[in-house]
Amino acid sequence: MSRYFVDRISRRLALCFGTVAFLILIFIAVFILKGSLPALGEIGVADILFSTEWYPSHGAFGIFTMFAGSVVVTILALAIAVPLAVGCAIFLAEVAPCRIGNMARPAIELLVGIPSVVYGLVGMIVLCPAIAHLSGTGSGSSVLAAAIVLAIMVLPTITSISEDSLRAVPTLYKEGALALGATHWQAVYHVLLPAARRGIVAAVVLGTGRAIGETMAMVMVIGNSPILPTSIFAPARTLTGNIASEIGAATGMHESTLFVTGLVLFVLIMAINSVGLLLNRRKK
Amino acid sequence: MTKLSPKLTQKFAWGFAWTTGVIAVLVMLLIVGYVLVQGLPVINSDFLFSSPEGGLAGEGGIFSCIVSTLWLIVITMAILIPLGLGAAIYLAEYAPDNRFTHFIRYCVELLAGVPSIVFGLFGFAVFVLALHLNYSILAGALTLACLLLPFLVRSAEEAMKAVPYSQREAALALGATRWQATIHVVIPAALPGIVTGIILCVGGVVAESACLYVTMGGSAGMPTSLLSGGRTLAVHVFYLAMETNALDKAMATGAVLIVIIVIINLITRWFSHYLQARMKGETSHGI
Repeated sequence: MSRYFVDRISRRLALCFGTVAFLILIFIAVFILKGSLPALGEIGVADILFSTEWYPSHGAFGIFTMFAGSVVVTILALAIAVPLAVGCAIFLAEVAPCRIGNMARPAIELLVGIPSVVYGLVGMIVLCPAIAHLSGTGSGSSVLAAAIVLAIMVLPTITSISEDSLRAVPTLYKEGALALGATHWQAVYHVLLPAARRGIVAAVVLGTGRAIGETMAMVMVIGNSPILPTSIFAPARTLTGNIASEIGAATGMHESTLFVTGLVLFVLIMAINSVGLLLNRRKK
Repeated sequence: MTKLSPKLTQKFAWGFAWTTGVIAVLVMLLIVGYVLVQGLPVINSDFLFSSPEGGLAGEGGIFSCIVSTLWLIVITMAILIPLGLGAAIYLAEYAPDNRFTHFIRYCVELLAGVPSIVFGLFGFAVFVLALHLNYSILAGALTLACLLLPFLVRSAEEAMKAVPYSQREAALALGATRWQATIHVVIPAALPGIVTGIILCVGGVVAESACLYVTMGGSAGMPTSLLSGGRTLAVHVFYLAMETNALDKAMATGAVLIVIIVIINLITRWFSHYLQARMKGETSHGI
């Protein structure tokens, strides 16, 4: 076999491999849509999306409760995580002495690697009893517990993208501000943060995508009951938890509605991440 | 409202920044420390080398889970590495700078954001049901390979792009084909970066739970073939926590996971230092 032949073959082969990511994405969309069709056809889109009644054994398949659960937990988690993460990003990019920053950064990044179930477990054992004590009712498995766990889980994502975008601002901008007599903080607040705004927003958006997709830790600390969350101390269920906890035992229409749950999740995340990636890209 | 002096404002702002930084590091230390302190004392050879027996008390150890996890790592990597490297080679070496390539890269980024449970649902529909693999290690490995693909592609592509273009030109000038240049020059030079990516993916296999929970089933028995179900360590933590009273054993299993993840982190950190050192060496000596 001549080496030119090998070269030509490998070029074609590489192209095939190159499109794998695209193919997987298409396959995911097709198969989840295919699984959803029976329920979408029979029950109807509106009845699934906007009904709060989820009693699979009685043929009631409304996923609005879970949608609300996901949204509420995510918003609360972001409310906790964003100030912390942006603070951390400023700390790492501007404030911390080099040596301390170099120790703190890997420490914060380690949070990404810790398995979801370990967060869930620590949440169950430490956080939930504390919250039960605080609220005086229930087991502590609640929206608040889920939001705190989730906030810790998305913190490193938002921190690292924000830090990158702060560091991407040309040093000249900062030096210009400092030369005009601004304090370091004024330079950060009036020059660096606005210049890096786009990247920071992208970080928050991408963090939102991660938060909505989180599954096992949510199942473990949120109580996983399909009821509309009425207070932060009440249990709830997320879209992800709905799939994980029921897919194993579901058949027929029930299974199909779980695929609809997955479809909603997929579309939601695609939309969120497209926005996030676009914001993060144009900055460069 | 009286305005604070700029100096005082800066003190407050820096105080806030330090506080958030300290909180983030403390949270990490507390979680890791708590799991290790609670979990490590429960671990003994009996726990490591006996299999879970099921039941509400969560008797038994984690041996079959360790075996399942190892099987899963091997099979997932066997599928993932050729696919991921192939895609990375295409993107780094062959892809022209056009809209199609941008689109492919965008797909890789989008795929990286798809949640684990959606991959699980996909794997359940395709591998478990349509391909009749049932709940099995193979179904889990295929699903996981799809999930980890974008991460491997990204790190491998980055590693290959970091190889100076002049090295490729040198190979091509000597009459090598593009493929020979890739295999004999670019990949060896990019190897540390690629290996780092692969090690990180191993960490992903160990840490992942949601997509495996719905594609591998929960059978805690010793896996006998690729088509038998299995329970990885991470999924075992979930079962112990949700269905048994053995929270101490869940903690112990969690501690094993944390130890693995910390080791993987240290290895990749060491590797990237090595890489940087080598890069610096290269700039001063040629190759």
